[in-house]
Amino acid sequence: MNPRPDNRGAAIDLESVTKAYGAFKALDGVSLGIEPGEFMTLLGPSGSGKTTTLNVIAGFTDVTSGKLLVGEKSVVGVPAHKRNIGVVFQHYALFPHMTVGRNVAYPLTLRGVDQAKRKVRVARALDMVKMGDFAHRYPSELSGGQQQRVALARAIVFDPPLLLMDEPLGALDKKLREWLQLEIKRIHRELGTTFVYVTHDQEEALVLSDRIAVFNRGRIEQVGTGRQLYDEPATLFVGRFIGDSTVLRGEARSDGTSTALTIAGEAVTAPRRLAGETNPVMLLRPEKLSLRRAGQTAAAGTNRLSGTIAEAIYLGSGSKYEVKLADGSVAIVRSPLTGESFGLGEKVELCFDGADAKLLADDSTADTTLT
Amino acid sequence: MEMKPLTRLVLGLVCLLVAIWLVAPTLVVVPMSFNGNKSLAFPPQGFSWQWYQNFATNPEWSTSFLNSLKVASIVAVLATVLGTLAAFGLDRMKARPASLLRMLMLTPMVVPGVVLAIGIYAVYLDAQLVGTLSGFVLAHTILALPFVLIAVSANLEVFDRRLETAAASLGAGALTTFRTVTLPLILPGILSGLLFAFATSFDEIIVSLFITNPYLKTLPVQIFSSITRDADPTVAAVGTILLCATTILIGAGMLLLGRERKGRL
Amino acid sequence: MSALEPTTQPAAAVRPGRAWRPFALTLPALVLLAAVIGYPLITIVLRSLSEPEWGAQNYVWFFGAPVNLAVLQRTFTISAWVTLVCVVCAYPYAYLMTAVGPRIRLVLVLCVLIPFWVSGVVRTLSWVILLQDSGVINSLLRSAGFTGIRLIRTQTGVVIGMAQVLLPFMILPLYSVMKGIDLKLVQAARSLGARPSRAFFTVYLPLSLPGVYAGAIIVFILALGFYITPALLGGPRSTMLSTLVQTQVLSLLQWGRGGAMGVVLLVTTFLLLALAAPVMRSRHREAGRR
Repeated sequence: MNPRPDNRGAAIDLESVTKAYGAFKALDGVSLGIEPGEFMTLLGPSGSGKTTTLNVIAGFTDVTSGKLLVGEKSVVGVPAHKRNIGVVFQHYALFPHMTVGRNVAYPLTLRGVDQAKRKVRVARALDMVKMGDFAHRYPSELSGGQQQRVALARAIVFDPPLLLMDEPLGALDKKLREWLQLEIKRIHRELGTTFVYVTHDQEEALVLSDRIAVFNRGRIEQVGTGRQLYDEPATLFVGRFIGDSTVLRGEARSDGTSTALTIAGEAVTAPRRLAGETNPVMLLRPEKLSLRRAGQTAAAGTNRLSGTIAEAIYLGSGSKYEVKLADGSVAIVRSPLTGESFGLGEKVELCFDGADAKLLADDSTADTTLT
Repeated sequence: MEMKPLTRLVLGLVCLLVAIWLVAPTLVVVPMSFNGNKSLAFPPQGFSWQWYQNFATNPEWSTSFLNSLKVASIVAVLATVLGTLAAFGLDRMKARPASLLRMLMLTPMVVPGVVLAIGIYAVYLDAQLVGTLSGFVLAHTILALPFVLIAVSANLEVFDRRLETAAASLGAGALTTFRTVTLPLILPGILSGLLFAFATSFDEIIVSLFITNPYLKTLPVQIFSSITRDADPTVAAVGTILLCATTILIGAGMLLLGRERKGRL
Repeated sequence: MSALEPTTQPAAAVRPGRAWRPFALTLPALVLLAAVIGYPLITIVLRSLSEPEWGAQNYVWFFGAPVNLAVLQRTFTISAWVTLVCVVCAYPYAYLMTAVGPRIRLVLVLCVLIPFWVSGVVRTLSWVILLQDSGVINSLLRSAGFTGIRLIRTQTGVVIGMAQVLLPFMILPLYSVMKGIDLKLVQAARSLGARPSRAFFTVYLPLSLPGVYAGAIIVFILALGFYITPALLGGPRSTMLSTLVQTQVLSLLQWGRGGAMGVVLLVTTFLLLALAAPVMRSRHREAGRR
């Protein structure tokens, strides 16, 4: 674990990578550039291609077509054991017949590191994951969280310029997961290695990542920081996958500068229009919506939709409401504790500024993939 | 399931009887082996070591014993190598051809012994393998193969292939992965396969009865002909020796296994 | 989650163009199998059809002679009895194995395995000693007032000896099925108002049947081909098919006739296996395993 001020990890470049299993395309023209030292998360539902991408980078899976560069060198056709990439697996994959110490020493032994140096580096790696006292235990004597930390130590002990993690916290409970997320962040900062992290948990992705690549059906929908994905989703799928959202659908009319949606007789407008002939929908974040009792007057220019409170949830820091609209769809509203409170079945008006509504093309996959 | 005391008692008694029925015949040979008379009538009369002496000194007995040891050792190694290779092949094959081939390789277990024996005898007569070491080894190996296959396959089934992927990611090539990860983890299966193969060959009688000749007899063949010829208590002495040998072997094995478990868990 | 993705399957070792490798690994075993099992069996089938001349005469002879049919029938009868004895004895034994603590279970398992420790021939010798006319069991029976009972060289003796040898093959599959039965199902039946005996017959017994089927099939098939035990314990009136095959080939040098009998035995065995396989598979699926 030599500190590497000049080497901040390897850059990775995927160019139109396709992986086909017969007619099924697990990856369909995926292009992604990862900066040296970056923490990149591959996020998506199961079967979206994120793990396949990781396996392609690790060398566990061959690509059908496309280019793959790690540290500016093409690694297509290079077997996994010659790529020098650390991998942390979801199910730890610790060797049950070796002690923790021998597990961590394993990659060093393979690289012919002499015993004295090996001992020092193993100790340093185990200290880094706070498992220094466990070197003589067997994996079966450790808890899940401890095993995963050992797996992490084993993957970083040989100073790989790139570390891949495949849902490493998936099998752990929530508390432990949150704590280990912070540990992983710390280790990333200390090492400066490039991290590629696979998860289906959007909160985890937001906590950890410099940037997130959102996968859907073997393609990348959008790459960006958490904030970019939340505030400026490129597709309806991304908008719905990251964070809570309300999607308004209705009869759309555009007049060049603005778009109006008519939902069960009520019209709302946004001061923009969507290019092309696609059918636009509006996506709204819960905190951009507000509620008022039916009949109260509102400021001019605010969009209003009438609805009924279908669910009221007290969250401690505020309240979350589900409002059933006239067309049957449900809007999610988050209101601060200081605001008014509403009861179940109460008639309300849902208000929002048209500028806060994201106009996105209606994408049928966004509904089928997410439930 | 909760039981009435009476049901419990009856169940216990029935099982005790079954257990006696299972074990007693195995132990009968022990007192018989010290019989003072040359008779197999139970209970034995008197006491003597003469049948053990006979076993050690009579070349008929000692040679057949050595023959069995020789055959069984070669068979154990051969069957273990072939069976382990095959188990690996089947494990890494697509499910359909694998289950078909596995069924094929298990046939030696279900083919009636006599049918196999006359078949092998017919072929051996032509190939001049009757009464030869290679003849015995080939026949016993094929009979032992299913046991190795079952033992190693059972171990491979619980072996986590992701460990091999992990080893590759840490820089181990295919051979190193096999040597440092796969082999140590399936070793118990291979060893028990080896033991089974040895026992199968050492105990095989039906095929052996057909392919034997006066120049090459295995121990079971010698025991069989002794039983059918006269009431010679040497058979009981042999049985007792075998019983003791297996008990010691299995006891030692269990101790070793127990220690290993303790170290690992 | 990601386990659903096709690539999470261990793909590391499988590279294109290397699909033949697993087959290569099985090849040595298959070659030996073909040479030492396949070729001999084909030889026997051919001989049964060609000696002394081509045709089905050996089969006509076999199915035409009442003596042979009697032996065939006896082989089935003895095997059926052995199977029945094994089921009756193994069921309570296997059940007890699931019900007791680990210590007693170890003893029970050892009792099942000990017979394997000693050579099969030696075990049959023990039965010869025990069952002979002046043997222990007969003396016991005599002192209990049963006189004139003969065990050795009778079907009863053969069944007793064979059942003891085959009992472990019944107990082990039965135990493995019973071990997997969820006892909560029996509790559920009790909570729904079933008496213990009724809960047993309507819930536990049906769930344990796959084990009974599996064990019974194995025992029956092995019993059909038994040779040593009937040869040593049986008499002329308890000859089984295997002994007849041996006599034809070794004593009478009638390869055609012996071969035909062998083929009948072989085909019967495989037919039974083929018939049993689907039954056992579907039963397994139904069983309420944990």
